[in-house]
Amino acid sequence: MTGTTTAIGWWGVPLEILAGAIRVSTPFLLVSLGECITEKSGRINLGLEGVLIMGAMSGYGASLYTGSPWLGVVAAGIVGALFGLLHGVLCSLRRVNDIAIGISIMMLGTGLAFFLGKPLIQPQAPVLPSIPFGFWSSSSQIQSALQINPLFLAGVALAVALHFAFRHTRWGMQLRIVGDSEDAARALGYQVIPVRIKATMIGGFLAGTGGAFLSLYYPGSWNEGLSSGQGIIAVALVIFARWEPLRCLWASLLFGGAGALGPALQAMGITSGYYLLNAAPYVLTLGILIATCAPNRKISGAPGELSLIRQ
Amino acid sequence: MLIPTGAILVAMLLFAAFVFAIGQSPLDVFGLLYEGAFGSSFSWQNSLLSASPLILTGLTVAIPAQAGMVIIGGEGALALGALGAAVAGAALGGLPPLLAQFGILIAGALVGAFWIGLSGWLRNYRGVNETISSLLLSYIGIALLNFFVEGPLKDPASLNKPSTAPISAADMIGNLPGLEVHYGLVIGALCALVTWFILRFTTIGFALKTVGGNPRASQMAGLRVNLWVVGAAAAGGAAAGLAGAIEVAAVQGAANSSVVADYGYAGILVAFIARQNPLAVIPVAILLGGINAAGGMLQRRLDMPDATVLVLQGIVFVVILTSDTLTGRFRARKQPEAALAASTTAAIATAITTDGGEQT
Repeated sequence: MTGTTTAIGWWGVPLEILAGAIRVSTPFLLVSLGECITEKSGRINLGLEGVLIMGAMSGYGASLYTGSPWLGVVAAGIVGALFGLLHGVLCSLRRVNDIAIGISIMMLGTGLAFFLGKPLIQPQAPVLPSIPFGFWSSSSQIQSALQINPLFLAGVALAVALHFAFRHTRWGMQLRIVGDSEDAARALGYQVIPVRIKATMIGGFLAGTGGAFLSLYYPGSWNEGLSSGQGIIAVALVIFARWEPLRCLWASLLFGGAGALGPALQAMGITSGYYLLNAAPYVLTLGILIATCAPNRKISGAPGELSLIRQ
Repeated sequence: MLIPTGAILVAMLLFAAFVFAIGQSPLDVFGLLYEGAFGSSFSWQNSLLSASPLILTGLTVAIPAQAGMVIIGGEGALALGALGAAVAGAALGGLPPLLAQFGILIAGALVGAFWIGLSGWLRNYRGVNETISSLLLSYIGIALLNFFVEGPLKDPASLNKPSTAPISAADMIGNLPGLEVHYGLVIGALCALVTWFILRFTTIGFALKTVGGNPRASQMAGLRVNLWVVGAAAAGGAAAGLAGAIEVAAVQGAANSSVVADYGYAGILVAFIARQNPLAVIPVAILLGGINAAGGMLQRRLDMPDATVLVLQGIVFVVILTSDTLTGRFRARKQPEAALAASTTAAIATAITTDGGEQT
């Protein structure tokens, strides 16, 4: 690695972190946008980690058998949406706790993915192409750093679209009302439960595609250690972003950058503290939670019906 | 009792359908699971061995649950407990073995108690949701273990698997006479029994349940809610830390990444199946330990992936939680709400009179 860094000197480090941030942040972005929609409806799906792994497995499998990575992404999204549907329906039953169901979905999704994914570990499926934004440069390092996956761009577009949709569309308003006050939603004649189930399904769909990014682009293969808790971090990230899609985008890049810092430093030969850097996103989230929460007061921006916030 | 048993049966049926769908015989699979878990004295010992940490990590969830908290960070508390135990083991090397063992276990429990207690404290004083904070702390705890084990506390002699310096052989916790099962099982079971006794028969348990049921009413009744919440979280964390210490002192001999083996997460499952009852945690942990131990058998005999056990656990967990919706739907269990409220009020009144020391 030291050989390539000398080509553009120490600038390689920030460049690598930027490239890494974009790569690493894409699953964060997709999962957190999905979770943002779910949480806006007043539910929390803690099982997105399982959905993500399930999406990674099924996306990889679909890409392998159909030969089209994009069909893989779609398949991963559909599987994710089905898991979202399961979570949404079960949590609509009386007395069923959405946080606990989330943990169980995490377990089930992980188990199923590992089970069904056993035959997929060896073969190499066709992976997603990327768009070479670095064509103008002669430096191979810049070129490789600016290979950007369309899913990242889709995520950015979605974040912007959601930012407006939450404020300015009927659909967004309905979602927020359902999430903020069940009583108000009922008074306005909205059906609370179908909205929440749909929101959880969309969340699952996005988490599934986030998983497909992992198995079909970066790192680009299927194995059992593929996810390093992205699904969990994304849930925390939504709180960190205070339920704002655009802030989800910045936060994903920040977390992605923190995640990319470790490998980049390791490539430079700095290995100590690698594990502490891995924990950086968790420490960051906890810090934000501690700073913004206060007893007897909700976190600003939090949906009122969120079981997470109600003590 | 009826609902969880029924739920487990439903989960078994679903799992049978899954096994059938992938082209295996459900009867063979269940037969092997039984054989691998409880079919011989050898498999019983294996099951008890895997059950021993699960009892404690189950308590990690069940004790705070009495005060109305959902704690899911047992894994990190276990990891740090293991680290604390290893450090204590190195420091207490010269002491008589029994004392050193005691010190090692206490060190693990204290570290675990601090870690989950932090979640309780954050909930009380900062209003941070304890489920999320315990999960975040769990990942931080595991990262801290990895950092210390591969960094400042690494034993240079541990080449293949970075570990802390091993605790001396004399201080290791031995096996039960005539068995391949270490004393950790007894410690875990005793903890569960004592917890059950305290919760069931003392004012401590009563106060905890009151705090969990209605914090404001408890405050009015003079209970120091903050202390109870932090205390319950810390007690749960102590159980996880103890589990980590036992892993070090009875199995691994040093703290390393092997102690992070999903016991914390399986403990959540244990506690929920046991419906947060500390006594029920023991048989549920043995059942789940048995299923874990039988996983290898499925792998060897039927060539099924080791994740089969995870699928079964996932299905059981989903069904058990869904069955919560049935609680209170049967006539016999139903209590009119007014009567319930009256009995709670009366109970709080008794608590005040019998436990005057709790008044602020």
